[in-house]
This record gives sequence, C-alpha cells and structure tokens, in this order.
Amino acid sequence: MKHLITTAGLDAAEIGNLLDVADHMAEINSRPVPKVPALRGRTVASVFFEDSTRTRLSFETAAKRLSADTMTFSASTSSLNKGESLRDTIETLSAMGVDAFVVRHKSSGVPEAVTQWTDAVVINAGDGWHQHPTQALLDAFTVTRSFGDGNTMQGRHIAIVGDIKHSRVARSCMDVFVKLGARVTAVAPSTLLPAGGLPGGVAVAHGIDDVVGECDVLYMLRMQRERMDSALVPELGEYSARFGLDPARAARLPAHSLVMHPGPMNRGVEMLVDPSHLPGSRILAQVANGVSVRMAVLFSLLGGAAAGLERGDS
Amino acid sequence: MAQKKRIVVKGGTVVNPGAVAPADVAIVDGLVVEVGQGLDGDDVLDATGCHVSSGFVDLHTHLREPGKEEAETIETGSRAAALGGYTAVVAMPNTDPAQDSVMVVEFVREQGRRAGLVDVHPAGCITVGRAGTALAPYASLAAAGVRIFTDDGNGVQDPLLMRRALEYARDLGVTLAQHCEVSRLTEGAVMHEGSCCSAMGVPGWPALAEELMLHRDIELVRLTGAPMHFLHLSTAGSVELVRRAKADGLPVTAEVTPHHLALDHELLAGWDPVFKVNPPLRTRGDIEALKQGVADGTIDAVATDHAPHAAHAKELPLDQAPPGMLGLETALGVLVTAVAPAPERLCELMSWNPARIAGIDDRHGRPVAPGEPANIAVWDTSEVWTVSRHALASRSTNTPYHGMELRGRNRHTIHDGRVVVRDRKALA
Repeated sequence: MKHLITTAGLDAAEIGNLLDVADHMAEINSRPVPKVPALRGRTVASVFFEDSTRTRLSFETAAKRLSADTMTFSASTSSLNKGESLRDTIETLSAMGVDAFVVRHKSSGVPEAVTQWTDAVVINAGDGWHQHPTQALLDAFTVTRSFGDGNTMQGRHIAIVGDIKHSRVARSCMDVFVKLGARVTAVAPSTLLPAGGLPGGVAVAHGIDDVVGECDVLYMLRMQRERMDSALVPELGEYSARFGLDPARAARLPAHSLVMHPGPMNRGVEMLVDPSHLPGSRILAQVANGVSVRMAVLFSLLGGAAAGLERGDS
Repeated sequence: MAQKKRIVVKGGTVVNPGAVAPADVAIVDGLVVEVGQGLDGDDVLDATGCHVSSGFVDLHTHLREPGKEEAETIETGSRAAALGGYTAVVAMPNTDPAQDSVMVVEFVREQGRRAGLVDVHPAGCITVGRAGTALAPYASLAAAGVRIFTDDGNGVQDPLLMRRALEYARDLGVTLAQHCEVSRLTEGAVMHEGSCCSAMGVPGWPALAEELMLHRDIELVRLTGAPMHFLHLSTAGSVELVRRAKADGLPVTAEVTPHHLALDHELLAGWDPVFKVNPPLRTRGDIEALKQGVADGTIDAVATDHAPHAAHAKELPLDQAPPGMLGLETALGVLVTAVAPAPERLCELMSWNPARIAGIDDRHGRPVAPGEPANIAVWDTSEVWTVSRHALASRSTNTPYHGMELRGRNRHTIHDGRVVVRDRKALA
C-alpha cells in the first residue's frame, strides 16, 4: 500500500493490521508526553482545497505526535481559478520536499489525480462524495474496540442513517464495515440513495424506526440544509420525523447499542437528542480515535521505524 | 500550355454502391476521368491492399475556431480530418462567437478554403447564441450555404421553440440536428448514471435524459413533417426509438460516434478526464445495441464528435474538466476494430449517408466514376497501428485511444483533385 486513496484497495487483514497499529498509537496518546520520534525529519503537508478544520487538525496532531514536520496549504478552489492549477500547486509543494500529502477536495477523484504529480505518499482526507478512508478506519476502530470484538464486526448490525448519496463517509464506511463482516443497512429516502445502487451486502430501509430497535450501531450522517433546494427532501421537519434520532427512539435502542456521528452534528435535524445524555454515544471517542488511527496510517505509509514508537522524544 | 497532371490511384479495390471491384482510378483537374484496369499517370499512388472510395464526411467536428484556437484551429483540424480520410467536415457552431450569423459562417468557410485540406461546412445554430430562447436567422444562413443547424452541446429545451424551429426550417429545406439532453436531468453530471458512478460518488447522466428529448423530437417530426437528424446517440433506448420512428416512415436520421461503439463507462474508474465526454460513455449493453443499430441501418452515420481541448483545460478534477475527445484521425480504425463493417456499409456510414444528411451530396459521397469530383479516400482495413497522442495532427492530445492498437487506417486522401495525404502524411 503506497497511498490511501480509497478503502476499496484494502482487505480485511490490511484493515486489521492498521487497527492493531492504532492500538499502539492509542497507548502512546495515553502517555503523559504523547509524542514519539517515529517520523522525525519527515514532512507531512495538509493540502486542503475545501475547508475542514476538524479533519486537518486531527491529521496535523497525528503527524506532530509522531514528530513529523507539518505544513499547511489551505485554498478555496476559487484561488486556483486565479491561475495556478492543481497540478502546479502539488508540484510546487513537492519540490519543497514533502513526504506525504494529506489531501481534501470538493471534487471526487482529486487525491487519485495527485498521485500522478508527486512521488510522495498521498492520503485522502475526503474527496467529493467519493471516499473518506481514515474516517471509516477510525469508525471501525471505535466500533470494534467498544465491543471488544478484536478486528471483526461479524454479527454486528450497523445502520447508517441519512444522506448516503452525497456522503463520502458512507461510501467508505459501507465498504469497510461489510469487509469486516458487519450487516449494514442504509437508511434513507430513495432520493438520498445513489441512483446506481448500493454496494453488495448493504440492505436498505426507508425509516429509522425500522432499525432503531435492533441495531448494534446507529450511525447518523449530517443532513445538509441545501438538499431541500434540490427537491431531495420536502422539508427538514419531515426528514427529522422519519430519520431523526429523538428521545423516544433513543429509548428504544438496545442497551448495548452505540450512537455515532462523523460530525459536525446538525442538532435539531438528525440529532434531536443531546448525545451527552446517551450512554451509548461514541461521538467524542470517534474524534479521539481519529488521531490514533491517522497516526497509524501516517506511520504505516511513511514506513516509520518501530523503534521510534518506544520512547518519548527527549 | 503545360499538360494537366494525371494522378492515378493504382492497385486498389473501388467501393461504389452495389459494386466493389479492383480498379485503378485516374484523376485530372479535380475530376475522376477514368476507372479501369492498367491505368498510368504522372503521379501514381499505390493502393495495393486498400479500398478506394469517396472521401469520408464528418457530420460532427469541433474545430474550435473562432474562439478556442489554443485547442484547435481550422487548419490543424482540417489536417487531422484529411489524415483520417475525410474530404469534408461539418463544423459545429459552438464557437465564440457562435455560428449564428452570416459573418461568422463565412469566416469559418473561408478559413477552411485557406487551409485547403478538406471542405469545411459550417453548421448554423438553431437558436441565437445557442441560448435556447430565439430562433437563429435560418433563411439568411441558408442563403449563405448553410444546410444543417444545431445547438450542439446544448439540447433545445423549450418544446414550443423546437416546434417553431422545425416548422420554419421545413419551408427552407434545411435540416435541424438535435443534441438530445434534457438538461434538468443532467445537472452537474460527470458520467453515465449507473453502478460505476454511484461507487465513485459523482453525479450521473441518466439514459433517460437523452431518450426523453429524442422521443419529444420524434413526435415533433411526426407533427411538422420536417426532417431531423439526431447527434451522437448513446443508449439502447435511443436506438429503439429511432428504429420505430423509421418504421413509421418519419424523415429522421441518426449518428453514433466511434467512441460510443468502442468504450464503456467503467473506463472512468481511473478518473482520467480524457474519458469524459457528452453524452457519456455507456454500458456494454448500450454498446451492443448501438452496434446492432449500425448493422441493421437504424443508425445512418458514424460521426466523430471530434472535440479538442488544451491539456491544461482538460487536466482538471473529473467534475470540472470539459467533456470531449479527439476522433478524426482514429474514427476509421475504431469503427473497423469495433464493428468491422463490410466495405460498402462502411462507406454508407462514413461517406454516402453523411454527405446526404449534410446536404453536400453534390460534391461528396459521390460514386468513384468518370466525371465525378475527385474527393477520394484510400484506406486499408488490415493495417494494424498503435495510436500515440504525440503523433496526431490535432493541436490537442485528448485522444482516449493513446497506446491502443487499432486495425484499419487511411493511407491517401485526395481533396478536390489534389493529393493532400500521401502514405499517411499530410501536406505541410
């Protein structure tokens, strides 16, 4: 594995290996000084063509805890329209000496294109509606570690609720969860499901009530208000009534069930209950695990020395 | 007075309607003067192993001039056409300014004359500026020699305007050509709506968007009696709609592109914008239906939709890259490789039918016979060659066939009695 562009190229064993490395990283993060020299002298560039402070900070925190140097390039795509092409941007940064690019772009396929323009490792931090592989890995880590299931999701039922069609998180998660053996149900109106169908092994439901009484994980997606403008849903109130998590539905969740959300949450739309009142909420755990999993990805792709994980930086 | 040069195409098989037979062809002063055995002349072109036919006619060429000369000029596009065996091309009107006025149309035609490699026939616009709101001045443009009108790149969305356009065009004896796409169904679309686009997370271009407008227009032809041509059909459903319209005796014609006969939507999985085209590459099932349509005569013509784009313009994220691919220099090879039609059928698809649809069958798509204009292609259906984007005459390099092996290639082209391509090399 040279790059991490999509989860499609990962099999269950490779995913398991990354999760094992993430365990190690989580242990480092629990130390009083959560910093190791594993990637000292390496440079990780966050190239974010679409704003995402949370994901960028998560990657940069991960890189810094491994002692990599970081640089940040933030640009709205409009500044590229002033002249410099995407390719010129990547080649220019590459010439400064970058070992890994962490790329976020609103257009699907950009991280794949970037691999043609640099010898550095490319990590997809979210592209269009296509993929967000580290999100799926951190979610798999969160689910398996919460249940103590090792690296498998065998026998678990995960319901992903919301705008599947426009969600890179959903595409990556469906792929990873199915590969790890979970039973996955996509819960959405047909207008928010991909027109060309779902991946093999993913079932469909058209209301949260169909799954809330028996799922092991309720994975809520952010519902964007602009979806109403394109007549994909009539109004947010109706969406909330069919697909929102309210107190009554939360009360029907099995006691062991987890509630997850990739953030940012839309309170009052898909989340009609305060997650801090839900014992099964793993929403903040997802954020913490995100750092560990991204450390694991950076460490694995950049070929960091295992010895570099053993002691804190002096 | 110096004797006029006599060109002889020697040793080939002449393809005429109902007659495919070995013969030499002699040309003097722009006309075929003799077709027979053992001819000689001042300039002999070897046609051993080749077919000799009327030159090809492309119903669908984007020459980009005026407006986008960085991608193609009328001269570079004409050279690409001549290399492909074409002696005439219909230049699509989505130039800048658009070909909706006599001035622009005459400029394009004149630039074609200056290049002197193929006849360049500008298509007019159906609506002013291709904006879909007001009819272009068909009568003035027809008086300036325009025979075919289209807003190609845009479908005419307004059904009332389309009805009026057909009624008005009918009186003038010109043909309207539709790019079938209901634009509300394809907003933001990047590729064929199917399993591949759903996995990739890009907006899809459903087959319905083409078929819905095609169906509407077939019914408008039924209502008005005006002839209509359908550009670059891409779906199995479209072939069936045209088949039924023809069975009903309606005056409709249809073209397909070589790429829709050879390439499918799964090629987009590598994210290379060179495979982005409008209408998009479809499924294997659509390809088979298009081939069936080509075989049974439902499809009248193969047209390239040659659409050059400068490298920097095409090298964008897939959703932002402009659609379109080169086609003039590879059309014959792709058609022979993908479909392998018999020589007569190939000439119908590439020359005879498109010349008639374009309204230029007085000089193109003619029999190879004494007294006829010498617009001739000499092509070899057994030559195997590898396409290189660096070895094309077009100013752009966006061919989807780079590195691909094709069977079938044009060898010589004679335009208006002049050898413009000799042994796969164009005149400088």
